[in-house]
Amino acid sequence: MQTAITILLDGLVFSSYLFIVSVGLTVIFGVMKILNVTHGSFYAWGAYAAAFLIGVAFDAGWPDWLGFVAIFAAAIAVGLVLGLILERGILRFMYHRDEVLIVLATFGTFLVLEDVILLVFGVDPYFAYQPMMLLGASEIGGVSRDNYSLSLIALALVVALVCWLGLVKTRWGKILRAVIFDREMAESMGINVTMVYIVTFVIGAMLGALGGAYISPTVSVAPGFGIDVIVLSFAVVVIGGMGSIPGAIIGALAVGLSRALAVHEAPQLELFVIYAVMAVVLVFRPEGLFAPAKPRKI
Amino acid sequence: MNHVKWLIGGLAASAMALAASAGVAQDKTVKMSVVSFLSGPGAGPFGVPGRNGAELIIAAINAGQLPAPYDKPGLAGAMIDVEYVDESGGNTKVVAEYRNMVQKRGADVVVGYVSSGSCAALAPVIDELKKLTVLAVCGTPRIFEESDRTHVFRTMGHATGDNVAAAHYVKEKFPDVKKYVGINQNYAWGQDSWRDFDLGMKALVEGATPSDKVQWPKLFQGQYGTEISALLLDDAQLIHSSFWDGDLESFIFQGTTRGIFQKKKVLMTVAGTAAYRLGKRMPEGIILGARGPYGVLVRDNDSPLNSWFVQAYFDRYGTYPSGPPYQYAQAILGLKAAYDKAGEAAGGFPTQDQVIAAFKGSTFESLAGTVKMALGNGHQAITENGYGITKYDADKGEVTVTDVKFYPAECVLPPAGTDSVSWIEGGMKGAKCN
Repeated sequence: MQTAITILLDGLVFSSYLFIVSVGLTVIFGVMKILNVTHGSFYAWGAYAAAFLIGVAFDAGWPDWLGFVAIFAAAIAVGLVLGLILERGILRFMYHRDEVLIVLATFGTFLVLEDVILLVFGVDPYFAYQPMMLLGASEIGGVSRDNYSLSLIALALVVALVCWLGLVKTRWGKILRAVIFDREMAESMGINVTMVYIVTFVIGAMLGALGGAYISPTVSVAPGFGIDVIVLSFAVVVIGGMGSIPGAIIGALAVGLSRALAVHEAPQLELFVIYAVMAVVLVFRPEGLFAPAKPRKI
Repeated sequence: MNHVKWLIGGLAASAMALAASAGVAQDKTVKMSVVSFLSGPGAGPFGVPGRNGAELIIAAINAGQLPAPYDKPGLAGAMIDVEYVDESGGNTKVVAEYRNMVQKRGADVVVGYVSSGSCAALAPVIDELKKLTVLAVCGTPRIFEESDRTHVFRTMGHATGDNVAAAHYVKEKFPDVKKYVGINQNYAWGQDSWRDFDLGMKALVEGATPSDKVQWPKLFQGQYGTEISALLLDDAQLIHSSFWDGDLESFIFQGTTRGIFQKKKVLMTVAGTAAYRLGKRMPEGIILGARGPYGVLVRDNDSPLNSWFVQAYFDRYGTYPSGPPYQYAQAILGLKAAYDKAGEAAGGFPTQDQVIAAFKGSTFESLAGTVKMALGNGHQAITENGYGITKYDADKGEVTVTDVKFYPAECVLPPAGTDSVSWIEGGMKGAKCN
């Protein structure tokens, strides 16, 4: 029982992390049909910005809770600045190009942004552990757990709820769904698709940056921070279905829970299990669990 | 009278020849490529400090400012012309960049490499291109145990020494430890480290049993919440880890919050790289290794070379040197010893083959100990290896180590001609531990 509770909690924590880092990727793909490799940069920049701001707050002797403000401020600032620059500066010139070219453009941008991180923040890692230490630890199921990681579950629930409410219950959500369904038709009905694209990309960038910013107190934020997360995020959105938010939730849960099970019961399979889940899903549902199968346009 | 003329003529000719040869050595430069992680997760704790160690020692060699026995300037009198190259990008890029250094940019000698993956991928390419290359840090024993090498040298001991010394230390200081578990990165370095520690424990400690929950996270994974839960649930008394780079520091942060360092004994073979960087955030009680006589373990070693290095490094970079600066400096000192010896024997600037012949099987003084090129047919170094227990010294404002114990090189590494696994499994025959 103790092991089962621990596996469940570990799985939920890791799933929450996966959902937060992949939901931005799936939002951008769902609306704009762009496979955005730069997502890893949003994640890394969010982490660096948050770690930097937390360091500033801590060095200045400000109250510890401001570390949490710094995390969200960093995510918003990075998403706003990088999202706007990339969408207005690069992507808007490429919307009518082949999808592969757009992927290559985002990949090139990712590499450039990785080097800009080195120029701005240097090669030394940033440590911003104060928010994690502030929340302390709890004993659950006989195992000590850091409350900060548990708070990831709450954050993931809030992000999922806001996304769902935003899409289903608001006027903006209806507009977004109209653009997702048929961009040209939406445009002919007077929807400002350009503005929809800008807002979507900035929100996606903020979500990517939030993933990095929130995780930064638990890790050593170092160069190369955003590379692995791209692969993990792709695995999650491919399992769930590209562009589907419920798919991202299910994909994150599938990966997170199966990985936790592997770590506890067969640790040597830890690396294998994530991609095994993806492979099995792709064999039976190549479009992912939640993306509807579409006839191909010829 | 004719004899006098001949004598004067001969002396004059010899003097001119000597002057000419000295002039050749002074004018000549050795193009050295120094490779380490300058970007990516390995840069902060390993690559950049390693590069700094190389930079400091090269500047001192060129200026002739090192204490004896390295007080003559240059390599056999030739100044070092250095370029620094980034190791990050994966094995394919590392091999391609090595070919560029040697074939396009004309490096005379290559020094460096942190990752065991880099070294394993490069070793056959080095011998193919026949370029003298000194591996500075990487630790997998496979480099010289799986094949004879001609142009590759490694100036520090390999992972077997780290992990057999760890097993000796556990046996000596924590005799109650019988069950142990590990968390190691899932590639050559992590796998070799765990294998040698596990075999070492079984060979040295009666009743030693490994857990079946040994963790194998991916290199640079960063998130260890689930692994820490599994380790906490396991009934092993001791956790072994060869984590390095940002992974080491992330694991320490995440583990500290969850109390793993209070609930278990944690032995970290490379924790020395984190000691100065984390300062008071470094948990007390970690069984800390530095892969040999380096960094925090030899902070108080008062040999002239070590005293000079510690102070010069602190003056230049504002922090005390961890393991990688020592290890890169040691590689270059080994090269200098070989060049100088070969130069003396040749009576002028030596060829690459002469340097290799001088390097092979040599013994040289390093910053805090003696290095013997005793394994791998004279290409692989052995050094003493030791551990200590971390303790934060509030007065000094830095991490220190207590209960430091070093084991002789011949105690923790196999004798020449024997591979590590057979040696440990066979009960470490021939080990000289006293």
